[in-house]
Amino acid sequence: MRRLLAAVIALPLLGSAAMAQDTVKFGYIDPLSGGGASVGEGGLKTFQYLADEINAQGGILGKKVEIVPLDNKTNPQESLIQAQKAIDSGVRYVTQGNGSAVAGALSDFVTKFNERNPGKEVLYFNYAAVDPILTNDKCSFWHFRWDANSDIKMEALTNYMKDQPSIKKVYLINQDYSFGQSVRTTARAMLAKKRPDIQIVGDELHPLLKITDFAPYIAKIKASGADTVVTGNWGQDIALLLKAAADAGLKVNWYTYYAGGAGGPTAIKQAGLDHQVFQITEGFANVQNKASQDFEKAFRAKVGLSLWYPRAVNEMRMFKAAAEKAKSLDPVKVAQALEGMKYEVLDGGEGFMRKEDHQFFQPIYISSFGTIPAGQFDEENTGWGWKEVAKVDTDKTVIPTTCKMDRP
Amino acid sequence: MDGRDKPGHDEFIRHGPDKIMLELIVISTLNGVLYGMLLFLMASGLTVIFSMLGVLNFAHASFYMLGAFFGFQISRWFGFWPGLIVAPILAGAIGAAVERYGLRRVHKNGHVAELLFTFGLAFAIEEIVSIIWGKVPVDYRTPELLDFPAFTIFSTNYPAYKMFMLAVSVVIFLGLLVALKKTRIGLIVQAALTHPHMVAHLGHNVERIFMLVFGVGTALAAVAGVIAGPSLVTQSNMAALVGPILFVVVVVGGLGSLPGAFIASLLIGLLQTFAVSINGSLGSVFGPLGPELAQSWLSDIWNVSVAQVAPIMPYLLLVLILIFRPMGLLGTRES
Repeated sequence: MRRLLAAVIALPLLGSAAMAQDTVKFGYIDPLSGGGASVGEGGLKTFQYLADEINAQGGILGKKVEIVPLDNKTNPQESLIQAQKAIDSGVRYVTQGNGSAVAGALSDFVTKFNERNPGKEVLYFNYAAVDPILTNDKCSFWHFRWDANSDIKMEALTNYMKDQPSIKKVYLINQDYSFGQSVRTTARAMLAKKRPDIQIVGDELHPLLKITDFAPYIAKIKASGADTVVTGNWGQDIALLLKAAADAGLKVNWYTYYAGGAGGPTAIKQAGLDHQVFQITEGFANVQNKASQDFEKAFRAKVGLSLWYPRAVNEMRMFKAAAEKAKSLDPVKVAQALEGMKYEVLDGGEGFMRKEDHQFFQPIYISSFGTIPAGQFDEENTGWGWKEVAKVDTDKTVIPTTCKMDRP
Repeated sequence: MDGRDKPGHDEFIRHGPDKIMLELIVISTLNGVLYGMLLFLMASGLTVIFSMLGVLNFAHASFYMLGAFFGFQISRWFGFWPGLIVAPILAGAIGAAVERYGLRRVHKNGHVAELLFTFGLAFAIEEIVSIIWGKVPVDYRTPELLDFPAFTIFSTNYPAYKMFMLAVSVVIFLGLLVALKKTRIGLIVQAALTHPHMVAHLGHNVERIFMLVFGVGTALAAVAGVIAGPSLVTQSNMAALVGPILFVVVVVGGLGSLPGAFIASLLIGLLQTFAVSINGSLGSVFGPLGPELAQSWLSDIWNVSVAQVAPIMPYLLLVLILIFRPMGLLGTRES
């Protein structure tokens, strides 16, 4: 009996050791519990889908991609423990997106780890943490970012807002950490420059992913007399904010980074804000582009979610392309192949990975949520969907960087 | 974008700042009272258990979470209303069983063992819940019957479901009051609150009363869970989010004092809600007195707004109460 037990325990261990030879382990470090779990789970499903897609085409250089999910509870400290755990189990590539505080810690960690362990380098692919500092003062050779950073998004958003004469009083509400603070500072500075007549009637910072009822904040927005709210909130912080606004019947325009996240569309429909909520993304379901629409259809059919991370698609496909170009899965060679790489993105148009700071530049879209022509993609079974209101081409999104990168 | 998109602005012009201010106060008061009543539903059980058994039940908020998840599951099968009745009974039964087969045995080993027992229980319940229902928020909806705005103050809607939450908490509060003041069990419980040893010496079956109190206390927390679940977020970390606040309520209200817990609950509910709506910072109040502070190493503290520190207000209150009035607002004994 005891021997049988030992064999049963040993079997999976041996199995995974044998597997390790022909897989590329890809560590996914993001919240799978707590307030960030809803976005973290969605991201995990997306990466698993993308790994399946690559594996169905024969993997990367003949090796299967295996996604290793690691729960960081949106906590920088926990992320480092998970990253170490991943590295110990043979992971050479990690990806993370939720929370710039986490991203900053991970980028530091990976950079130090690589200094101390030459020959065992680890690459960090950032698919969603958008604090500009990560590709400016704190840039690292080992960090690559696929999402447009916060400054790029705010630049595009305010360029659109400046031509909307009806915007007179703006309320800023953001999460109280590096990213939220960066959104509020940039929004203030850019609005002051482009539309000095706009009055900032409120500037709120609230705890990150801890609020379960935004009703008091909504009452305050209401009292401020604002006609427009600008927010970088993500995860449950945007869904619950919109839900509380819907409950209170707050009718304002919303300029957001992430209103399309889980729960957001349902709340917008409930509030009846037809094409009054805007978001800025690198793509959405109804972009007029056959490749992305086909992808969306297949993704929804298999995963049961709408694609929230077109950038994850770009990330994984570019990872494969870079490894094939370098003819190696050695992280240093992959990183060198990624630098300056030009790539046709999922939603159409060419993007490029800037060598100086490892920021990916791509076309970005401002879209609004509301009624759509029949036959287009809706969200969360609301019957409403995203409609393009403005597109910014790649060359218009390029902004300077202060990055001075140390290269190996 | 065609001119229809500035209702907030029109509002402001039509009503003027005074009415807007009044609106903010009314809505904030409603929100604060509602949050306070929810806290009271949870804290009432905790404070009674605390004073009778001398145990700070760390797992109390877990029963709030169990209530929410049971309510969610039952609402999936039979609808919201059966859940409102059945979920608290289930959670209460589990609570009573925990007292009968867990706490009572651990009790022999002293208070520290009891404390550790409830501490471990809280983690166990959280893990079990996340194994069964996952770590992602579940889709617990408000019943369609109550999914409409109850009334409109100036121009803000107040959801009917929130009024329902308020009504349920008030009804339970009144029921609890009557049960404590008018029934025999209530009298014994009251006596046990202040003189637990005396009651035992008088020959009452104190053990059974303990079990009953524990069961009812946890069931009350579960009621709070069932009604708060659809309005707030039902997920496996919800117990950890309210747990610490409950202890603040119990300590601020005073050990063994139900009226104290009631006042403390409302106080904290209103405190947190109103703190959010205040923009002032130390800098804006005392700024002219010490302009040099704005740029010094103190500038972080100097410029932080009251709204930003709203979440820590209850704990600040806790610290102040422990320093200046250790027995709590209406407490009669210190341990």
